[in-house]
Amino acid sequence: MKITFPHMGNMYIPVKGLLEYLNLDIIVPPPSSQKTLNLGVKYGPEFACLPLKLNLGNLIEARELGADTIIMAGGVGPCRFGLYSQIEKEILSDLGYVYDCLVLEPPDKHLGQFIMRLRKIIGTNSWGRVIEAIKFAYQKAYAVDIIEKKVQYLRPLEKKVGTADSIYRHILNTINDAQSINSLQEATNLGILKLDQVPQNINSEVIRIGLIGEIYTLLEPFVSFDIEKELGKLGVHVTRSLYLSEWINSHLLMNYYKKEHSKPFAELAKPYLNYFVGGHGRETIGYAVGFAQEGYHGLIQIAPLTCMPEIIAHTLLPRVKENYRIPILTIYVDEQSGKAGLLTRLEAFIDLIRRQNNNRRIVQ
Amino acid sequence: MSVFLGIDVGSVSTNLVLINEKNDVIYSLYLRTQGRPIEAIKSGLNSMLSYMPLGIDVKGVGATGSGRQLASMIVGADVVKNEITAHAVAAVNQIPNVHSVLEIGGQDSKIIILDNGIVSDFAMNTVCAAGTGSFLDQQAARLGLTIQEFAALALEAKNPVRIAGRCSVFAESDMIHKQQLGHSTSDIVAGLCEALVRNYLNNVGKGKDIKSPVIFQGGVAANPGIKIAFAEALGMEIIVPKHYSVMGALGAAILAREAVAHKEKSSFLGFSLINSDFKTSSFECKGCPNLCEVIELFADNTLKARWGDKCSKWTDIIEDAI
Repeated sequence: MKITFPHMGNMYIPVKGLLEYLNLDIIVPPPSSQKTLNLGVKYGPEFACLPLKLNLGNLIEARELGADTIIMAGGVGPCRFGLYSQIEKEILSDLGYVYDCLVLEPPDKHLGQFIMRLRKIIGTNSWGRVIEAIKFAYQKAYAVDIIEKKVQYLRPLEKKVGTADSIYRHILNTINDAQSINSLQEATNLGILKLDQVPQNINSEVIRIGLIGEIYTLLEPFVSFDIEKELGKLGVHVTRSLYLSEWINSHLLMNYYKKEHSKPFAELAKPYLNYFVGGHGRETIGYAVGFAQEGYHGLIQIAPLTCMPEIIAHTLLPRVKENYRIPILTIYVDEQSGKAGLLTRLEAFIDLIRRQNNNRRIVQ
Repeated sequence: MSVFLGIDVGSVSTNLVLINEKNDVIYSLYLRTQGRPIEAIKSGLNSMLSYMPLGIDVKGVGATGSGRQLASMIVGADVVKNEITAHAVAAVNQIPNVHSVLEIGGQDSKIIILDNGIVSDFAMNTVCAAGTGSFLDQQAARLGLTIQEFAALALEAKNPVRIAGRCSVFAESDMIHKQQLGHSTSDIVAGLCEALVRNYLNNVGKGKDIKSPVIFQGGVAANPGIKIAFAEALGMEIIVPKHYSVMGALGAAILAREAVAHKEKSSFLGFSLINSDFKTSSFECKGCPNLCEVIELFADNTLKARWGDKCSKWTDIIEDAI
C-alpha cells in the first residue's frame, strides 16, 4: 500500500510526518505546477472550482509515481468540496486509475464505520501510537507556521528581495526531514536563528494587510500566484486569517492545544453574517472585522472563481468596509487567471493605501 | 523649457503626453499599438521629436499601461505605475473634485472611486471583455463602418433595440438576429451601446458607489453613443475630459514629475534610442514542470532585460549582471 494525498500549501509536511510516524509507505505528489493544473483542467469538469482541478492533477501525478491509496478530506455542508473526493475517485477510475480511498469526514452511519475505514489504513499500529503521530504532525504544522509568520514579517523589510524566502525553503526541508520531536525542535530553532540574521531596512514604511478568504487559495501559493511574496515586494506585511496549525487545532483536534490569542470570528461576524454558509465564508467576515479592529491598513479577499461561501462573504464585505473605513480588494482565481492582471491590481491597491495614509498624515 | 513625458502602452493604443511644470498638456499623441509596442513607442517618440521646439528638455519619464515594464526598459523611466493610479491622478488633474471615473479602454475597463482626490475603491473587468473597445471595433468592422461612423450612427437612433450584452459572442449573434428582423443599423448600434453600458455597470461597477461628478475617459469615450447611454443609465451628467484618450499617459507624466522631485537626474535614455535596434526573443525554461516562457529584450544585440519566469531565476541573473 502506497498512500498519497492532494497538496495544499505546506500541508504535505505534517501529513507526511503523521504517516511516516506510523511506518506507512507514502508518496508525496510533485509540487503543484502548471503541468498539474493542465492535467486537472483536461480531466476535470470545467465548472468545478480550482481546488478540484489541482487535486485531480496531484493524484494523477502521484499515480504515475506508484501511489495506490488516497487519503483526503471530505466534508458535509454547503461547500462543494465535500463532494470532491467522490468525484475525483470516479474520474480517476474512468481514467483507469483504481485507487483505494479514505475520506476523512463525519461518518454518515456510525462511528464504527469510520473507525473500520481508518483501521484499514493504519494497519497494526496501536491507537496510542496513532495519537502520538497526530501530536507529532501537529508539532510539525506548528513549527512551519512559526517560521512562516517570521518570513511574512521579514519580506517587506529585507534588504535583498528573496533572502528570507530562500532560507524559508531550506528550513521547510529540514522540518520536513525531521523524524523526532527533538530534531524538529532543533530545525525550528536553527531556522529562527538564521532568519534573525536577514539584513533589514529599518526605515521602511510597512503596510499591514490581512489576507482573508477560502482556505485552499490562502494556503497554496501556486494558485494565488505567490500573492504573499508579491505583496512583500510592495512593502506589505501580510497576515492570513488562516494558518495550518490553527486550522488543524480548531477543526480536527477540538482545540486540544491552547490558542495564543483566540479570535472569536463567529462572534465578530455576527452583525453581518449569522449563519454557517459553508467553507470559510463566516471566517472571512469575522476575520475581516477582526483585522479592521486591530488597525490593519487593508484587506484582500482571495477565493476560487465561483466559490459560493466566498461570494456570500464578498457581498457582505462592503458593509465592513463602510463601518471601519478600510479598503478591501477581492481576487478570484481560476485556470484562466494571469499574473500580470493580479500584479496591476495589487500595486494599485497598495498605492491607494499609501496615498490615503500620506493624506491622513497631512490632514493631522 | 522643462517637460515631463508620460507613456501609456496599452493593448490597443500607445499614447504619449508631454506636460510642462504646471501639469499643462503641451503635446499628446494617440497611436495604435497594432501588436508591436516597441515600434509604436519609437514612432511616437519620433513624431514627438519632429514637433518639439528647440530648447525643450525632458526632465522625467513615466510609464503605465499593460506594456509599462517594456516601455520602461526601452526609454528608461523614472516611474512605472499601474493604470489605476495613473488614470486617477490624471482625472483629479482635469476635474479636481471628481468622485467617479469610468474608464473603458481597448481590452480592459475599470472604475475608480475617489474621495477628496484620493482613490478609495476601484475595480477592473475580470473575466469578460464584452464591455470594451476591441468589441466595438469588431462590430463596427462587421457592419462595414469605421469606428467614427459607428459612433455617429448611434446618435441617429430613434428606437434602440435591446441587445443581449452579457457575452460578446452572444451579442454578435443577437445583433445579426436583429438585423435579420429588419431593425435599422442605427437602432442596433445604439442598442449595442446600451448593452455595453449595462454590462459595464453590472460587472465592473457592481457594488460601487457612483456619485457625481462622473468622468468618462479612455478611447471609448470618443463614442457619444456610449456617453449618452451612461448618462441615461446613471441619471447623471457625464463629463468627458479634453484629453480623454490619453489620460493614462497624462497621469504617468504627472507621476514622473512627482518622482523626479526626489531624484538628481532622470533615467531617460534620450531621443537617440529611436535609432537603436530593439529585438525580443523568447525561450521555454525546462527547469521545472511550470515550463515558463522567458522573454529577452535586446538593444543593439546586447541583452537588456528578461521577464516571464515564475521563480525569477532568469530575471535575477541579468539583474546581478547589470
